[in-house]
Amino acid sequence: MSQVIIYDTPDRSVEDISKDIKSKFPAVEVLKAAPKRLHLQVPREISFEVCKFMKEGLNFEHCSCVTTVDYLDHFTVVFHVSSWTNHILSEVLVDIPRDDPTVDSITPLWGGANWHEREAYDLMGIVFKGHPDLRRIMMPEEFKFHPLRKDFIVGRRV
Amino acid sequence: MPTDEMWINMGPQHPFNHGLWNLRVKLKGETITQAEPIIGYLHRGWEKMVENRTYSQIVPLADRLCYGSSLSWNHLYCLTAEKIYGIEAPDRAKYIRVAVLELQRITSHLTWLMAVGTDLGSYTIMTWSIRERELFLDLLCKLSGARMTYNYCRIGGVRSDLPENYERDVNRTLDEFEKRLRDLESLMDENEPFLMRTVGIGKMDGKTAMNLGLTGPIMRASGVEMDLRRLDPYEVYADMKFDICTHTDGDVYARYRVRMDEMRESMKIVRQALAQAPAGPIRVKVPRCPPKGNVVNHVEDPRGESLMYMVSDGSERPYRLKVRSPNFVNLSASPPMLVGFKISDVPAIMGVMDMCIGETDR
Amino acid sequence: MSNLYIELTNFTEWLLGLVAALLDWTKLGFLSDFGEWLQTAPVVDFVSTLLVAVIFLITAMMFGLCFIWQERKFLGRFMDRRGTQVGFLGFFQNFADGIKVVLKEHIVPKDSDHRLFEMAIFAYLASTFMLFGCIPFSDNFYVINVNLAVLLGVAIFAFGPFSILIGGWSSNNKFTLIGGMRAAAQLIALEIPLLLCIVAVVVLTGDLSFVGIVTWQEQNIWLIVPLCIGALTFFIAAIGESERIPFDLPEAEAELVEGWATEYGDVRWGLQMASDYFRAYILSGLFTMLFLGGWAGPEFIWAEAWYLAKTFVVFFFFIWVRAATVRIRTDQILKLGWRRLLPLAVINLLIAVALKVAGVF
Repeated sequence: MSQVIIYDTPDRSVEDISKDIKSKFPAVEVLKAAPKRLHLQVPREISFEVCKFMKEGLNFEHCSCVTTVDYLDHFTVVFHVSSWTNHILSEVLVDIPRDDPTVDSITPLWGGANWHEREAYDLMGIVFKGHPDLRRIMMPEEFKFHPLRKDFIVGRRV
Repeated sequence: MPTDEMWINMGPQHPFNHGLWNLRVKLKGETITQAEPIIGYLHRGWEKMVENRTYSQIVPLADRLCYGSSLSWNHLYCLTAEKIYGIEAPDRAKYIRVAVLELQRITSHLTWLMAVGTDLGSYTIMTWSIRERELFLDLLCKLSGARMTYNYCRIGGVRSDLPENYERDVNRTLDEFEKRLRDLESLMDENEPFLMRTVGIGKMDGKTAMNLGLTGPIMRASGVEMDLRRLDPYEVYADMKFDICTHTDGDVYARYRVRMDEMRESMKIVRQALAQAPAGPIRVKVPRCPPKGNVVNHVEDPRGESLMYMVSDGSERPYRLKVRSPNFVNLSASPPMLVGFKISDVPAIMGVMDMCIGETDR
Repeated sequence: MSNLYIELTNFTEWLLGLVAALLDWTKLGFLSDFGEWLQTAPVVDFVSTLLVAVIFLITAMMFGLCFIWQERKFLGRFMDRRGTQVGFLGFFQNFADGIKVVLKEHIVPKDSDHRLFEMAIFAYLASTFMLFGCIPFSDNFYVINVNLAVLLGVAIFAFGPFSILIGGWSSNNKFTLIGGMRAAAQLIALEIPLLLCIVAVVVLTGDLSFVGIVTWQEQNIWLIVPLCIGALTFFIAAIGESERIPFDLPEAEAELVEGWATEYGDVRWGLQMASDYFRAYILSGLFTMLFLGGWAGPEFIWAEAWYLAKTFVVFFFFIWVRAATVRIRTDQILKLGWRRLLPLAVINLLIAVALKVAGVF
């Protein structure tokens, strides 16, 4: 590459972007639209489409992280994606039921999510559909449990 | 003559490994056709462990995430906890934090340089960079009492005020270091064998780097000018004047060059921060239990973008604390950098990536 | 110093005479005959040659150890540290290391080829010690003064790659195999410029023995002046032949632990490490003799001292190069050997031939 890609001033504001998403996907709920932050609650069925629209239409080039939280009666998968062009860090929350912990993988969109999803599968047991290589990453291959779940008790102080 | 491809395990016990991880490479002769890093040997269950500790008990544990640049993680945790409590550190604490963070960045880069020296076979580079690092460890030891895991930031500020004459000492050290940095750079920039080992090796272009989630000096070496201290400023970085260092080649030499330039920029920031620090308190009181909610916070670690996501349920222990370590993603993005190069290039490519397995495995 | 051979022959005659007198004193027939046989010329020759060889070997090895000390101290100073401190000026560290290494257990890997495993290291060490015999310290202090000493020396040196390959293969270890193959490729590639530089020297001096070459340089001019390109090529090839940084990829700790000799443990490893330094010392000695006039110098110190002082200076440059550079890859080393050093050596040879034909020397 002989050219340097620069991100100095944001192209569009957070309000614009959240309006775009809301107009295209009415089922998405905007939890917070503060400067440089955009938090969305997305139903599981359209999570892949929303992420695809964010990547291709709204310039969200970077996937920072894929987290999972165990809320005893359901899981929540949190995708943190960043738009450097618009200076936004957005949080996409997807609730999934506990007896069917599957969600669409975003690895086809952002390769950076690959190991994060493997870790979520390993430690929390969430299956990402469409992931190219879903196997355990931290624990040994033969380990039977998912350690980060709240029902995996390790003792009072470890 | 038909030849076979051979899988070789480089690690987990291997002289060049910095930390405990395994790299499986498939070789055809001496050229790498496939590479697969394997981690998990140092997994300590950090995220599960902190669900069982109070917020202030986690502060020294955050140091141990990456022991090479421990202040950076300590600070990130304190910043995230302050957000969830809804408080802000006083101004003096913010300036002190910025100065100390940049000193930590210089120290971390010098540790990286030492690793690069050993990987490439030159013990001179190794001993010279450790010698320079001692200058900064003396400063940080004076401030916090420790040489490696400083435990200096607290939720709500910093632990103690700067010692007497600290600004004078820091300025003297930085002047001395600037002279020695020129010597150190000339040992490598004008060294023909060093250039033979680093120019054109491990190339990656900007678009691939962005897609694979790379951040930090590696991405800046591929021509993408993105620094979280400029894009999403935290603490008082918005008031500091410094340049973002980039390079366009995307090879090992570019990554080395970016980090050396970053050391110079960090020196500028330290001087400005200490000069502008106002007088005042250095800490605010913090209640026992934070309100319910979740926050996300990201900073520019010496290795890239590190992020913490904290969920609180109103009790004195966090419900979930997720750590995104830059090295985790950098390591996952390393196979495209390795394929097509020789096995002797592996120490050069992986060494210049500044690996710290503590934060990768958590 | 007077001639070692003459001194030792006199000493042996006196010693064997003493033994014969003792045997005579017992007044037993066959013992007196044995005593008389001891004093015949072939026996005296044999015993005196043996003594010369032993004394020379011990002296040469002591000076070889000096080079290890020199490396540790000077390399330390380049890196802003002091080097070894044990004993007077750090000199006893080598002896301490030697004692430690001798006391270790001999381990042979289970699936290795035992006979080849033992034989390979022995061949490597034997070739290094044989080389000590070829190289004189001065025209009075040597083991043998062979007419073709230079050729013999290089031929024995070239035995190295065989033992390295066999040692690396017989250890039954993927990494030693790679190390052994790399080392053999590198040594073979870098021998050719080395030999061509020697040929250029021989063209000018017309003599293949060390004493002859040094005498020629005493009478004319030190060969580093007309053959400066050759000296530089020989210097670089010598660093490569002794497998020092920047050419030490076969032994690269960062990847292959110790290269071909990883599986050797105790005395074998200790002697292998020492013989790496001995080989570097021998190459510096060769450089001194071929280009720097050997033991030529003013008379106020011994000729042997001149030779050793010059070799120390040459080895200092070896150490300096090691401190300042990083190691380069095998394919880069081979490219350097074949594409840069070989043409330079050929040009050097042409210069030597031109000088000889023009009658300058």
